[in-house]
Amino acid sequence: MDMHATKKKLGIKEKYAHMTRGLDWETSYQPMDKVFPQATFEGIKIHDWDKWEDPFRLTMDSYWKYQAEKERKLYAVLDAFAQNNGHLGLTDARYLNAIKLFLTGISPLEYVAHRGFAAAGRNFPGVGPRVACLMQSVDEMRHAQTQIHALSNYNKHYDGFHDFKHMLERVWYLSVPKSFFDDAFSAGPFEYMIAIGFSFEYVLTNLLFVPFMSGAAYNGDMATVTFGFSAQSDEARHMTLGLECIKFMLEQDPDNLPIVQKWIDKWAWRGVRVLTLVAMMMDYMLPKRVMSWKEAWEIYFEQNGGALFADLARYGITMPECLKQCSIDKEHIGHQAWATFYQYGGAAAFHTWMPSDDEMDWLSAKYPNTFDKYYRARFTHWRDEAEKGNRFYSNTLPMLCQVCQIPMLFTEPDDPTTICYRESDYDGEKYHTCSDGCKHIFDNEPQKYIQAWLPVHQIYQGNCFPEGTDPTVEGFDPLAKVLEWYHFDNGHDNLDFEGSRDQANFAAWRGMATKNT
Amino acid sequence: MEIDLRTVAIKPLRHTFDNIARRFGDKPASRYQEGTYDIQQTDIFHYRPMWEPELQLFDKRRTKVEMKDWYALKDPRQFYYGAWTIARSRQQEAADSCFEMIEDRGLVAMIPAELKQLALDVLVPMRHVEWGANMGNSYMAAYGYGTAITQPCIYHAMDHLAVAQYLTRIGLVLDGPEALDAAKDAWMTAALWQPMRRHVENVLVVQDWFEIFVAQNLVLEGLTYPLLYDYLDSEFSAKGGTAISMMTRFMTEWATETGKWVDAQIKVAAAESPENMVLISDWLKQYRAPVLEALIPISQRAFGDHAESVLAEVTAQFDARCAKLGLSV
Repeated sequence: MDMHATKKKLGIKEKYAHMTRGLDWETSYQPMDKVFPQATFEGIKIHDWDKWEDPFRLTMDSYWKYQAEKERKLYAVLDAFAQNNGHLGLTDARYLNAIKLFLTGISPLEYVAHRGFAAAGRNFPGVGPRVACLMQSVDEMRHAQTQIHALSNYNKHYDGFHDFKHMLERVWYLSVPKSFFDDAFSAGPFEYMIAIGFSFEYVLTNLLFVPFMSGAAYNGDMATVTFGFSAQSDEARHMTLGLECIKFMLEQDPDNLPIVQKWIDKWAWRGVRVLTLVAMMMDYMLPKRVMSWKEAWEIYFEQNGGALFADLARYGITMPECLKQCSIDKEHIGHQAWATFYQYGGAAAFHTWMPSDDEMDWLSAKYPNTFDKYYRARFTHWRDEAEKGNRFYSNTLPMLCQVCQIPMLFTEPDDPTTICYRESDYDGEKYHTCSDGCKHIFDNEPQKYIQAWLPVHQIYQGNCFPEGTDPTVEGFDPLAKVLEWYHFDNGHDNLDFEGSRDQANFAAWRGMATKNT
Repeated sequence: MEIDLRTVAIKPLRHTFDNIARRFGDKPASRYQEGTYDIQQTDIFHYRPMWEPELQLFDKRRTKVEMKDWYALKDPRQFYYGAWTIARSRQQEAADSCFEMIEDRGLVAMIPAELKQLALDVLVPMRHVEWGANMGNSYMAAYGYGTAITQPCIYHAMDHLAVAQYLTRIGLVLDGPEALDAAKDAWMTAALWQPMRRHVENVLVVQDWFEIFVAQNLVLEGLTYPLLYDYLDSEFSAKGGTAISMMTRFMTEWATETGKWVDAQIKVAAAESPENMVLISDWLKQYRAPVLEALIPISQRAFGDHAESVLAEVTAQFDARCAKLGLSV
């Protein structure tokens, strides 16, 4: 009797090991390489999957318990937000454009991350990383859905949110984040972990997720910031998984180092280029600014990221060469991107505008070396012209980088007045890239990047019109047809903020909510 | 008596996203709908997968089943992440209190020795079968088509991991860590488990994701769950092993609930076209035979002289279920 009393209680680590590690087995009726067909083709050598250190030890029952608690709270806030017209508490309707960019450019990628981690969770032969990847896979599903649910109420009242998945696949600037995730998922499971688990989650989360969520907090967006707080602990788990994964690869075999280094170089730069959109959002789209892009880069990358690479130095990893250029670029990219979007504001699913005098003063103070010298005059000119009724829209299409797919808007590192172009030859064709970083990526894997579906090329080839369009009819307006194919509500989703339906409705509704007339 | 709080009423521009409105009209949509329909990308992929260059990242050709609209395969439970995780947290709370009670009160000591051994022999090795089920469902979640069916597959994968962990916990409660080693040995070498292990491994290398759905979620679960968590569970209860029944409570409830989801998928896919019906029925036949073969030694260990009649009953019920779904058995 009483066997249970004499048995010693298992420690958490030991108990978790039983709950996961013992579950798998060496298959014998089918060969292991058929069960795990993606385990070796990338060249990464793993000798002992049991050396994997579980970065967090969550059994499913505790996972459900914690996550359900967070979901209950989050949805209670979202319900209250919708019921009480929480959107009228925003600082300014211009803020909406930041979350339009988020819903169209980021949320559908959370979904792709879910699918990618499900694949990684199936493909690694080790049970430890598989369970961790699967948890991240459901978490990413959570993030995609809670973001859609948080922004659903905005969609009911404002333009630009209404067909986000359709737009993601087609619209020119959305191919920037989309191609990033397509690139990662089309690679093997190990590279995927570097791309998403390490570069995106570990190195870049603080520069993407945090700015958007802090922007929400600063601008009265209770729905989004509540999502942000709710996702914080998930993100912390994802960061530790990414880091553990990279250390594990490096510890397993010295031959893995050059492969991992190559991936880190590639994905760090891919990530940095996507962050251009965040830089512009922080410096221009938030009515109440959190901090400048330059400050964010200094705090989250130069300080925190520097410490990370110092930590990885013992494995032989060096800081990617291309990142050095970011300390120059941080002074420019937000302004350059916003200038581009302002000019192409007819073809963006959010509104653009020129900053007010106060805002220009803020930019001067934050960018003492560059804003007044290179950008203020141009922006003032555009604003003056707009006030005279000559709002400038460019009617041509920009050339895109073959790798990051951003228009060629970046300048030479040593000359902010010259656009940077790089060129590579492959198989008798010329390919253009925006930087040494992107050229390097192209030259390493030309056979992959020549496949890129470049929105501008596709428009010129006539592939971006609604079915049945006849471009030979008199008065054919190609831009209008492209916008129709994008599912833009032309005149409502796009163009300047000044005079937009969002601006008018927000003012009218806020009036209803705060005044008695 | 009714009270009427007033809020400022604003007429919205639209009630839901366009993709939802195109399907159901512009009216308020549920969270399941907005979080599920058309979320997976379908058009324009930049790069061919390095692991399967002949197909796109998401590609309908990863199964022989054809659907005009893959979103016809909706989940009758309407599970989105929040609904799923909240439902499961309630179930885990109930399961957890059963385990706690058993551990706190030392109820294991009251289980007759032969029943305890039976649970160790039959239930604990099933944790490996559950792990195989997790792998199959994560494969479907990764490579399937359309969020309506891939989304519940990732939930199903995690549910199977949970069941594997409950079975692990049963082993630990009944006999400590040694129970897990013994179960793994049996799984790897004992004659009792080899047909099952062979079958599970064969399913691990199937590439057609809907075929895995049929093999795993319809056939393997459809036959083993009633056998173990219905018939065997009754044996445990009847012979003084209520504590064991208490520890499998999650599995019993879960199988009933998830069975409805599985049925809805099969029924709609089979009704789509005669080709689908024949294909799915062929898979059903192909996988039913080895599962039944694998269950013979397990039922003999579980039910002794009654093994044949219990398995026949389970099979008859399963066949009836499949016929009701429109399949030919």
